[in-house]
Amino acid sequence: MDPEARKVIEMGYGGAERLTMNMGPQHPSAHGVFRAILTLQGETVVGMDAVIGYLHRCHEKLGETLTYTQYPSIASKTDYVAAMSSELAYVRAAELLGKIEVPKRAQYLRVLVGELQRIASHCVWLGTWCMDMGGALGGGATVFLYCIREREMVLDLFEALVGARLLYGFHQVGGTRYDLPAGWVQTCRETVDFIDRRIGEWEDMLEDNDFFLARARGVGVISRELAQEIGISGPLIRASGVNYDIRRAEPYSSYEDFDFKVPVETAGDCYARYRVRMVEFRESSKIVRQVLDGLPAGPISSRPGVKSVGQVRIPKGEAYARVEGPRGEVGCYLVADGSAKPYRMKWRGASFSNLAVLPHIIPGHKVADVVAIMGSVDPVFGEVDR
Amino acid sequence: MTDAVDAFVAGFIVLSAVVGVVTYVTLLERKFAARMQSRIGPYRVGPHGLLQPIADALKLLMKEDIVPRLADRVVYNLAPIVFLIPGMLIFATIPFAPGLGVADLNIGILFFLAVSAMEIVGLFMAGWGSNNKYALLSAMRAVNQIISYDLPFIFTALVPVLLAGSLRLSDIATAQAGLWFVFYPVIGQLAFAAFIITTLAAENRVPFDILEAESELVAGFRVEYSGMKFALIQLGEYAHMVGTSFLGALLFLGAWAGPGPAWLGPVWFLLKAMGVFLLVTWVRWSFVRIRVDQILAISWKLLLPLSLLLLMATALVVVLRSGPGV
Amino acid sequence: MLIQDRLGAPAGGEERALVVTVPAAQWRELAGFAKETLGCRYLSFLSAVDWKEEGLEVMARVENLDDNVSLTVKTRLGPGESHCQSLVAVYRGADWMERECYDMFGIRFDGHPDLRRILLPQDWEGHPLLKSYAVDTPHPPYR
Repeated sequence: MDPEARKVIEMGYGGAERLTMNMGPQHPSAHGVFRAILTLQGETVVGMDAVIGYLHRCHEKLGETLTYTQYPSIASKTDYVAAMSSELAYVRAAELLGKIEVPKRAQYLRVLVGELQRIASHCVWLGTWCMDMGGALGGGATVFLYCIREREMVLDLFEALVGARLLYGFHQVGGTRYDLPAGWVQTCRETVDFIDRRIGEWEDMLEDNDFFLARARGVGVISRELAQEIGISGPLIRASGVNYDIRRAEPYSSYEDFDFKVPVETAGDCYARYRVRMVEFRESSKIVRQVLDGLPAGPISSRPGVKSVGQVRIPKGEAYARVEGPRGEVGCYLVADGSAKPYRMKWRGASFSNLAVLPHIIPGHKVADVVAIMGSVDPVFGEVDR
Repeated sequence: MTDAVDAFVAGFIVLSAVVGVVTYVTLLERKFAARMQSRIGPYRVGPHGLLQPIADALKLLMKEDIVPRLADRVVYNLAPIVFLIPGMLIFATIPFAPGLGVADLNIGILFFLAVSAMEIVGLFMAGWGSNNKYALLSAMRAVNQIISYDLPFIFTALVPVLLAGSLRLSDIATAQAGLWFVFYPVIGQLAFAAFIITTLAAENRVPFDILEAESELVAGFRVEYSGMKFALIQLGEYAHMVGTSFLGALLFLGAWAGPGPAWLGPVWFLLKAMGVFLLVTWVRWSFVRIRVDQILAISWKLLLPLSLLLLMATALVVVLRSGPGV
Repeated sequence: MLIQDRLGAPAGGEERALVVTVPAAQWRELAGFAKETLGCRYLSFLSAVDWKEEGLEVMARVENLDDNVSLTVKTRLGPGESHCQSLVAVYRGADWMERECYDMFGIRFDGHPDLRRILLPQDWEGHPLLKSYAVDTPHPPYR
């Protein structure tokens, strides 16, 4: 470069220069594979472009090639942190279309595993979120290890029930595939009581900590209007003051039988989202106890055991089924043409919509807040990219 | 001539001891953190993982040394050394027992503070020379933080100086023979608390480790370093930390004072320094990191005025106690 | 009903889950009507179905969370047609969903501020969810 020109550039520096910084896809707090291209002015983010799709497996095309009995176990691979609820969304859509009855016991079992899954999933969220804020070499790692320890206990329950720890294949069209093994109910009660106590310890550790509050309060505010237009759901929209919970709005699997509270916060910031999830922990264990108390006897499936993969045939039509997963509305839109495979399957991932809110709220925050906000959104990239 | 040889030998002994202590401090921290998190920590290498630091050092020695193609090579290669030297130099002024130290300067504490602030040069060189945006941001943060925290750090370190009436570290230590400064009414406790907080910031420890900040800046200024250079940076960081812990033990906890015969002095000193170190570690593993603007706000709005006030109050107390006409 | 008066399209479906089909030209008008008049401010999802020779169908599901009413709106683009009005101006959340639709079906949303592929790489060839995109034939280069 011409020395004169260089001099002009150096002298004319006014401090308004922008820096483009690439975060991810390999980044410690990318929660999987997420790439954010940030435009910075100093430490402040002024623009953000989100790049997703690194984990794309085209689940929707896959759904068109697999039969109604084959797909549920694949469905758990969309949201792999909450596999139980994603399976349920697909199975419910098929049941709605085929008008298939589900026995009461199976419905209760579905609620049971769904709520246990919520506890396990929120454990992962709390741990990773604190790790985003506190670092893997700081207090965050401590919270993370505490949370993972408690999640292990839930996974042990699932292992005793299904044999798998992460991807279950528990649900099937017409009911569930497995019944509770002997002694499981007692272990489950003890686990839930134990985790309830531990939640209190986490709350003490975090909420009495001014640094935690300073990082979480007033950060990443999502307004009520934005929340609805983007279509975010689950704890996020409830933290923004919208009382929207599918378990209430459209009770499925006998959720109307249980008494639970839907927490709503109005602040819309990271702390509100944290509070909502902390209350949900307790509400979930409350529901689990109610299910265990009132578990009816009877069959666990309205259909006989599967002999061939093409056995379930669904009449022509279309249906949309949604369930309240730990991250929000997990929906499955099925178009059936009367064969053993769906004609079209649309998967509505809760994390996809939740993540879409990021470019709207992140500009204006500091770099350190980007990871805190992203952690509070709790994305699971299997579900974002599908 | 013999003076030079003596100094050389003393320096060599202290340096080796420091490297040994620093290496094992990492194990101490890992074990301590593991227990906090209900883990066991390193356990496989040697009995109770005692050989783990040596295994780590060997591993780092054998790692490939990567230099980014676009790095500023001279600055990049020099940075770990520039970073390490101040961390080692600060031990020069510390008396480990009466008369046992490399150089008991009459301005010992000023030397300590000045040299420990030099660390920032190596840090900035590392951040700049790596030619990496994360490293650059981290270097900027480092400068911000050092400027904001060195002032309160110095002011709180001056409180014991005022109480002892000397800048010489061994004088400060002997002045505490009767009463450790941490037990000095009100002033002692406040100064010690402020000292610990500023120490956290000066050592870049959680919750003030914004320049490392692995959840946002990956590893900050050392993101591009590998192998032995990384080890040097790590060594420098821990040396700085251990040095500051010794300083804290010396300024507030009475240095080598303790029950038992005089030769136990250095042991007591080491134990107290490790106590300070574990306090810092305890904070590290239970807090979340705080944001850069909040860090600056804490420093300028809270710590700096408070430490200044404390210094003035101490001066007042000292003057009143020694009576008029001094 | 209200929808029929305004747009001349009958609403079907159940009481709390309405379904409306409109011509493609009325797509954005219907969305604006649903949002402003019916209070369906919540965008659940936007997607498409490939009906082979009958052409593409774009659909969106919006909800009124206060009254717990959902509305599924649909439009047929016609055979060979791949242009559709964009809803980004009405629902900001349609941004990513329309990008996904473009990615998977090749539907060009007119008025979308930044229509790029979202899940697949920018240089991918073809649109996988079209029925003409064979699932069992390898598409070179393998990616």
